[in-house]
This record gives sequence, C-alpha cells and structure tokens, in this order.
Amino acid sequence: MKRLGFILQKEFRQIFRDRTILAMMFMLPIIQMVILPLAANFEVKNINVAFVDHDHSTYSRRLMDKIASSGYFRIVGYEQGYREALYLVEKNEADVILEIPQGFERNLVREGSQQVNMTVDAINGTKSSIGGGYLTAVLGDFNSSLDVITRMPQNTADLKAPPIEVTWSDWFNPRKEYKYYMVPGILVLLLTMIGGFITALNIVKEKEIGTIEQINVTPIKKWQFILGKLIPFWIVGMIVFTVGLTVMYVVYGIFPKGSIAVLYLFGAVYLVALLGFGLLISTFSDTQLQAMFVAFFFMMIFTLMSGFFTSIDSMPPWARQISVLTPVTHFIAVVRLIVLKGSGLEHVRMELYYLIGFALLLNGLAIYNYRKTS
Amino acid sequence: MSNKAIICQDLTKQFGAFKAVDHISFEVEQGEIFGFLGANGAGKTTAMRMLCGLSFPTSGKATVAGFDVYHQQEKIKANIGYMSQKFSLYENLTVTENIEFYGGVYGLSRTEIKKRGGDMIDMLGLSQSAKKLVGELPLGWKQKLSFSVAIFHRPKIVFLDEPTGGVDPLTRRQFWDLIYSAAADGITVFVTTHYMDEAEYCNRISIMVDGRVEALDTPTQLKHSFQAQTMDEVFYQLARRAQRTAD
Ligand SMILES: Nc1ncnc2c1ncn2[C@@H]1O[C@H](COP(=O)(O)OP(=O)(O)OP(=O)(O)O)[C@@H](O)[C@H]1O
Ligand SMILES: [Mg+2]
Repeated sequence: MKRLGFILQKEFRQIFRDRTILAMMFMLPIIQMVILPLAANFEVKNINVAFVDHDHSTYSRRLMDKIASSGYFRIVGYEQGYREALYLVEKNEADVILEIPQGFERNLVREGSQQVNMTVDAINGTKSSIGGGYLTAVLGDFNSSLDVITRMPQNTADLKAPPIEVTWSDWFNPRKEYKYYMVPGILVLLLTMIGGFITALNIVKEKEIGTIEQINVTPIKKWQFILGKLIPFWIVGMIVFTVGLTVMYVVYGIFPKGSIAVLYLFGAVYLVALLGFGLLISTFSDTQLQAMFVAFFFMMIFTLMSGFFTSIDSMPPWARQISVLTPVTHFIAVVRLIVLKGSGLEHVRMELYYLIGFALLLNGLAIYNYRKTS
Repeated sequence: MSNKAIICQDLTKQFGAFKAVDHISFEVEQGEIFGFLGANGAGKTTAMRMLCGLSFPTSGKATVAGFDVYHQQEKIKANIGYMSQKFSLYENLTVTENIEFYGGVYGLSRTEIKKRGGDMIDMLGLSQSAKKLVGELPLGWKQKLSFSVAIFHRPKIVFLDEPTGGVDPLTRRQFWDLIYSAAADGITVFVTTHYMDEAEYCNRISIMVDGRVEALDTPTQLKHSFQAQTMDEVFYQLARRAQRTAD
C-alpha cells in the first residue's frame, strides 16, 4: 500500500507537469461540446414530400395543407399514382411519399379510423427516417385516429417490404430540439475517447522511452502498477466529465433531470471500464502508433454501434448484438435516460451491472496480460 | 544456498531460430566486479535481461542471489539493481523526485529516502541541481545519478549495461570510483562495457562472441594466455572470429 502511494505521487507529478494533459482536461470538453453539436446537428429541414391523393376530398386537402405549413416539409409533387411518386424518389427529388387512399374522408368520419401509407427513401437514411418521424408527428397531430403504415424499400423498386409501424419517441425531448439528444451523447463520446486513449498512450510511451523496463525490474506488483495508472487517469476523466456537465448546463441549459449522484456513479464505473480497455491495449502494443490504431479501431466500432449515430432499434440483429457488447452503448443510454428523462437508479440498475461487468473484465484482462517478464 | 552471487549454466535465449545467447556458463563471486564484454550484438544485453528476471530463458539454468531465474524472478528483483543500456530515469521528474519514486518502489520509508537521498545528492555533487528536471542534466551526470539510484536500495548485486557509453573520460573515471565504492560496500557488480581500459578495472572478465562466452579470467591472465600486451589486443583477437554482423 505504501508503495502505491509513491507510484501515485509520481504519476500526479507527471500529469500536472504536462501541459497537454492539462489543456486536454479543460479545453477538450469545452471545445468538443460546443463545436460538435453544431456539426452533428441531425435536425432536418426541407424534407421533400410527394403526395399521392386518391381521395381528392376536403379532408385530404386539409391534411396536405397542414403538412405544407408545418415548416419542415417542401412539397415536390402531387402525383397521380404511387409509381409516379416513386419516380420522384428515384430521381432523388422526394424523400418521403404520403399516399392517401380513396375513402379517406369517409372512413375517418364514419368509422373514426383510417390508414395512410408512408414510403420512406432508405438511401438517405437519416434525413428520410427523421422526415418520416416528423411526418408521423404531424399526422398524429392532425387526427389521432390516423393509422400510419410506413414502408422502407431496400431499393426503390422493391415494394414488397412489409409495412412497419413508425414509433416516434420524442416525448422526453419536449422541445424536439436535437441538441437535447446530441449533447449528452457527445459528453459520453468525450469520456470514451479520453478513457480509451489516455492510459494506452501513457503506458506505451513508457515502453518507448524505456522507463517501463526500469519499473519491471523492481519488485512492484502488477496490480500496483495498474492501479497506479488507473487512479490518476480516473481522476482526470472525472474532471473532464465535470467540465462536460458544466458546459452542458452553461451553454445548453441542460440540467440533469435525474440524480446527479447516479450520473456520477455511472461515470465513475464507466471510466474504470474504459481505462481498463486502454490498459489492455497497452499490453498488446509496443509503439504509440500501434496503440493509436488499435484504440481507434475499437473506438470507431464502439461509437458507431453505440446508438449515437443510428438508433439501435433500426440495426439488424447481428449489429444489435455487437451493440449490446460495447460499454459505450450502455452508458449513452443511461446518460440520456438520467439527463433527459430523469430515470432513477432503479430503472437503470441492469446497465450498472453491465458496466461493472465490463470494468472487471477489461481490467482483469489487463492485469492478467501485463507481463513483467517477457 | 551457495554463496555465489550468480551461477549460470548453459543459459540460452533463442529468438526463433536465432540463438542470441548460446549456452553460456559462468559464476560470479560475491563482492566481485565482473566485466561482461563482447562486440555489438554479441548477446550481452539479452543475457543480462534473463539474469534480471526481465525475460525468460529458452533453456539452461541460472540463479541470481540464490534465486532461480525461471520461478523466483520477483525475489531476484528485490535483491538487485539494474541500470539499462537506455537511460531510463524519468526525464520529466526532478533528481529528488526520481530518487523518491524508486526508493519508494523498492520499499524504503520516507524518512530513509530523505536521509539517504540527501547524502547521495551531496556525494554526487548534485545539490545545486536537486530540483532540476533530470532531462536537463548533462549525460555524465545522468549516468552517475542513474547508477546511484540503481544501488539506492542497497541491492546484493547491481547489473550495469554499458553505463559509460558516450561519457567523457574524466566522468568515466568518476563513474568507476562510484563502482569501486559500491563494491567496497559489498555489492557485486556485473558490468558491460566497450572500453578496454575499463575492462582492466574489473576483477574478472568474460568475453562473448556470437552468443557464446569465449574467454573468462582476470585481465592479467587473459593477456597472458592470448600473449597480448593490452586488453585491446585480446578483445581484437577474439572479436574478429565473430560471424555475426552488428546491427
Ligand atoms: N527481442 C528480440 N528479438 C529478436 N532478436 C533480438 C531481440 N533482442 C535482441 N535480439 C538480437 O540478439 C542479438 C544480441 O542482442 P543484444 O542486444 O543482447 O546484444 P549486445 O551484446 O547487448 O549488443 P550491444 O553491445 O550493441 O548492446 C542481436 O543480434 C539482436 O538483434
Ligand atoms: Mg546491449
């Protein structure tokens, strides 16, 4: 234990003497969280809609007017039939087709329910699926008895894709502003990058300059070495997390609806997992370049699969499985739940177990794989 | 337990098909200054790393301070000091901070570190530079500091891998004064060097050629058996047999 004290003292001295780390601790969260949400703003305007109105009724006209005046859509055509509308999609002029069947007005008035068909261009996935979502929201607003059937053809010629129901869950994002969704996600990515890279690069740097050999020839215990790296960088990570949360509040006015303590609990466990991941990488790499590549490779997979860019629900089953296996996925979900929805610990208990599992596994592997004798 | 500091029998290290160290055998007495000579690429560093518990031998036997190099590496590490060929104190820590860190890692108490560290800095004449970053010191000072840190915890044996490489002649003399005073304190010194004048300072020397120990004796005896005037000549006679090209 006494030995660990000396190791920690040395690490802290080096960290607080290193201007890059200090800058990274404060500037990186500020810059990333201010710039990235601007660039990664998925809010979509000018969604191109083609109408196919088979009803030609007052009601169908009122619906189309409502959509046109909502501000999100641009009407690119009133077509005779579905084929013609699809042609617009193929020409990349329309993103979404809304088909109003015959008897639309009559059925709504008499039976109180009616179905409309929405076809979404799957090529420009983001714009179209968000557009589809907006459209569904507008339709629901128009008349809650409307039953929207959506198709998403793989290619525009394939019309046999089964109808799926669109669920547009924006109820915990009341102002429908994208930043509420993005900013907590970016905070997670920030922590992920720092956790994944910082320990890996630090240890591999010691390998490169040869100081690790001097450490390995001492009677230091493996766990002492690992903890000696873990604890200081964990503190650095928690500072970054705090700065990030502050930016979130000061710049975006987002204050966590749920408990801050729970948020910190998750942040703490998550960082241990990610730092363990970095440690594990360092045991496999001999140069900082190698470590960068390996870390980057996994970071890409982690973030792409995390539900940050694409909704996990819309992933194919195999991708969903990978998604479940990455810690980032769990942390992003939890941060969104706690910050936006105000979920308490009891709602996210499983996620905590997952993250603790990851933390134990990754750090255990790192200790196991760290060799004092090659 | 034997009273030899190091016993080495047919110790071998193979990288793939290449035998970097090829069945070397020798013994080092306690308190001895043992010179470990050989051309570039002869296998000195590789052999030394095995003895220090930094790398597993491929075959053969060895004990260091009475401990086995296969199974008791951590015990060996507690009993030796090692100064690697590459300078490896922390350049972004000060002289005092480096001493404090390594002292602590070897299990010394803070009071011990403070007292002994102060003495050591005084003895090295580094009092002015104690708060300087090690990276800012001249090479000769770095090497002397590095050696002093390696014996700071009073190990039984110290391994020095080319401690005077690139150092000026005057500083080399001072360095050897440090080695002698460590030996006088009973520390066994195992040292590699490319300087033949330094070889003369050793009690005994071995000369490695292509992974094998080709000669082992006192400097006087070696000159005698090779009918040479100087150690330079002895080394030259042996080293030119080498097939291995230095890399
Ligand atoms: N990890 C390794 N993998 C493969 N070959 C290695 C490895 N380490 C050393 N060698 C090779 O083993 C041989 C001996 O190397 P070693 O570093 O022990 O020589 P040396 O006697 O210390 O030389 P120098 O005087 O240049 O320090 C060299 O040919 C080197 O290339
Ligand atoms: Mg060498």
